[in-house]
Amino acid sequence: MVEPANTVGIPLNHTALLKDELDIVIPTIRNLDFLEMWRPFLQPYHLIIVQDGDPSKTIAVPEGFDYELYNRNDINRILGPKASCISFKDSACRCFGYMVSKKKYIFTIDDDCFVAKDPSGKAVNALEQHIKNLLCPSSPFFFNTLYDPYREGADFVRGYPFSLREGVSTAVSHGLWLNIPDYDAPTQLVKPKERNTRYVDAVMTIPKGTLFPMCGMNLAFDRDLIGPAMYFGLMGDGQPIGRYDDMWAGWCVKVICDHLGLGVKTGLPYIYHSKASNPFVNLKKEYKGIFWQEDIIPFFQSAKLSKEAVTVQQCYLELSKLVKEKLSPIDPYFDKLADAMVTWIEAWDELNPATKA
Amino acid sequence: MSLDHEINKNEVDIVIGALNADLTPFLDTWRPFFTGFHLIIVKDPELKEEELNIPQGFDVDVYSKTDMEKVVGSSDTTAMFSGYSCRYFGYLVSKKKYIVSIDDDCVPAKDPKGFLVDAVSQHVDNLERPATPLFFNTLYDPYREGADFVRGYPFSLRSGVPCAASCGLWLNLADLDAPTQALKTEQRNTSYVDAVMTVPLKAMLPISGINIAFNRELVGPALVPALRIAGEGRVRWETLEDVWCGMCLKHIVDHLGYGVKTGLPYVWRNERGDAVESLKKKWEGMKLMEKSVPFFESLKLPESAVTVEDCVVELAKAVREQLGSDDHAFTQAADAMVKWVQLWSSVNSSG
Repeated sequence: MVEPANTVGIPLNHTALLKDELDIVIPTIRNLDFLEMWRPFLQPYHLIIVQDGDPSKTIAVPEGFDYELYNRNDINRILGPKASCISFKDSACRCFGYMVSKKKYIFTIDDDCFVAKDPSGKAVNALEQHIKNLLCPSSPFFFNTLYDPYREGADFVRGYPFSLREGVSTAVSHGLWLNIPDYDAPTQLVKPKERNTRYVDAVMTIPKGTLFPMCGMNLAFDRDLIGPAMYFGLMGDGQPIGRYDDMWAGWCVKVICDHLGLGVKTGLPYIYHSKASNPFVNLKKEYKGIFWQEDIIPFFQSAKLSKEAVTVQQCYLELSKLVKEKLSPIDPYFDKLADAMVTWIEAWDELNPATKA
Repeated sequence: MSLDHEINKNEVDIVIGALNADLTPFLDTWRPFFTGFHLIIVKDPELKEEELNIPQGFDVDVYSKTDMEKVVGSSDTTAMFSGYSCRYFGYLVSKKKYIVSIDDDCVPAKDPKGFLVDAVSQHVDNLERPATPLFFNTLYDPYREGADFVRGYPFSLRSGVPCAASCGLWLNLADLDAPTQALKTEQRNTSYVDAVMTVPLKAMLPISGINIAFNRELVGPALVPALRIAGEGRVRWETLEDVWCGMCLKHIVDHLGYGVKTGLPYVWRNERGDAVESLKKKWEGMKLMEKSVPFFESLKLPESAVTVEDCVVELAKAVREQLGSDDHAFTQAADAMVKWVQLWSSVNSSG
């Protein structure tokens, strides 16, 4: 079976790439003990901790980490009425961290994710791999059968058009998980013992026009390129659905990236996911989503943005209009969600005036 | 490597295009994995040597130029089936459901545990399990043991669609083009990526003929031996026939609602030829590919094209109309595609 890496004794990475250009956003409701294991790889970076749940609770942050922490009171204070777009009692609240960050890049990770081992037994520096993924181009217009052509030891295969070999900017790096895989509740119920032990040594670009289920457990993105589209929706307390936050963001992000000519990568790095959430609790959260998804997917697959939509905010606002028009008939929730999408953009622009259209 | 179920060997033909006369080293190394299967070996009609050297112990039918001429007529033989394209003759005359085709300069690869990879079984396994082109699964092949569909994958799409083709990969000498290999003379592919995945709907890719398998019953006529570049040679760096074939195949597969997989199995591709030498030849392939891409990107086959043969004919028409004036090679390709469909019908109607 697969085990997490032991990172004791790994020296602190003093030449950490993009140290001053990247924030690590972590949603939490319990504690941040998991950071101890990540110390050699993550300590050089600034953390933005979004504390969900009871704001009167104190979250202990391990010594030596540079961080800012926001609880619900802070979110309400900073956003005022616009705070309604930020979920409560759901890790979707993490997107508040994206909004308040002043950095170019974001890495977000769940507090039950530990350092994985590669097949040689070496501890995987997930952040370093994400940075590599973001800093080198994507190739969404033509699939390369040897996966990431820019990787050491790889290249474009015979037949790959030369005019497409420069690639496009990478907006998102989607990492994977060993041990507890990211399954939905029904699959968890049917296969409670299944563990992901397969280390697939590849990074690849998801082709233009193709949708995927994005997971927020181990994710990095270029905030300048796609930040405003990373809204994790209305989930948790008072909402009819949960565990669709990251996927909702992922579908919006992919449609917008495809429209703007940006790339989305998936594959390495792996983290070790240690905690399996309760499948019965999950089923209750996901239940409506399982049915709604059947309409949501065709919606995103056919969503067309106008030529005039040239910034992420413009794209996102157009998308919110389409959501209101096409998905509200399914459930009033989507009407609320469409409004929240607009509120999110307004809040984003208020907190990030430099990036306004 | 163990697979979840036994393959029915009677449903498979292994088709080898012989560009080398001495197939002994090739067949001896593949013996553990070819035993029990029927082999079709097609001799390159332009190969000088009279006889192929084939070791004992294989169930094999060999086709040479004379056999080919009986079926297709002499002028068509060298035109359509010379060089690497000789293997298509094997696809034409096969009577089996699945074809596995491997270049004669490849041997079994070793997986990271040191075990030899049974490429034949892996290909057939890929073909027998559904493909999932309509939505990308981030854990790759969801039907593989130890994997599944991830959270967020629509339930209505989890039965998948029939898999039409399985594109394998290569360790050691990867299928790079001449400029790339010439620039990186020492580069060898040592990365064993343990995944099979479906290439999404509408995504284009370069399908290599070096290590490929397909469901002949489903899409046989769509594998077209059509595009010949001027000065096409006997090393892969000097051909594009498989890449063109693959572009057509993927488009037709997408249109008909089937899938194409890529990834495992790996084969070990031996050193052969000289990329720098190949570069010296005037290489038309690059130009032709550049022209093909926008064509395939915007191509829409008519709704009325519901059989594979219809699709090939419609595709040929579009090629002639939209690309014919750009380069004579395209007109020839279109003609070859039509001829191929006619051949396919006549050879397979009596079978």
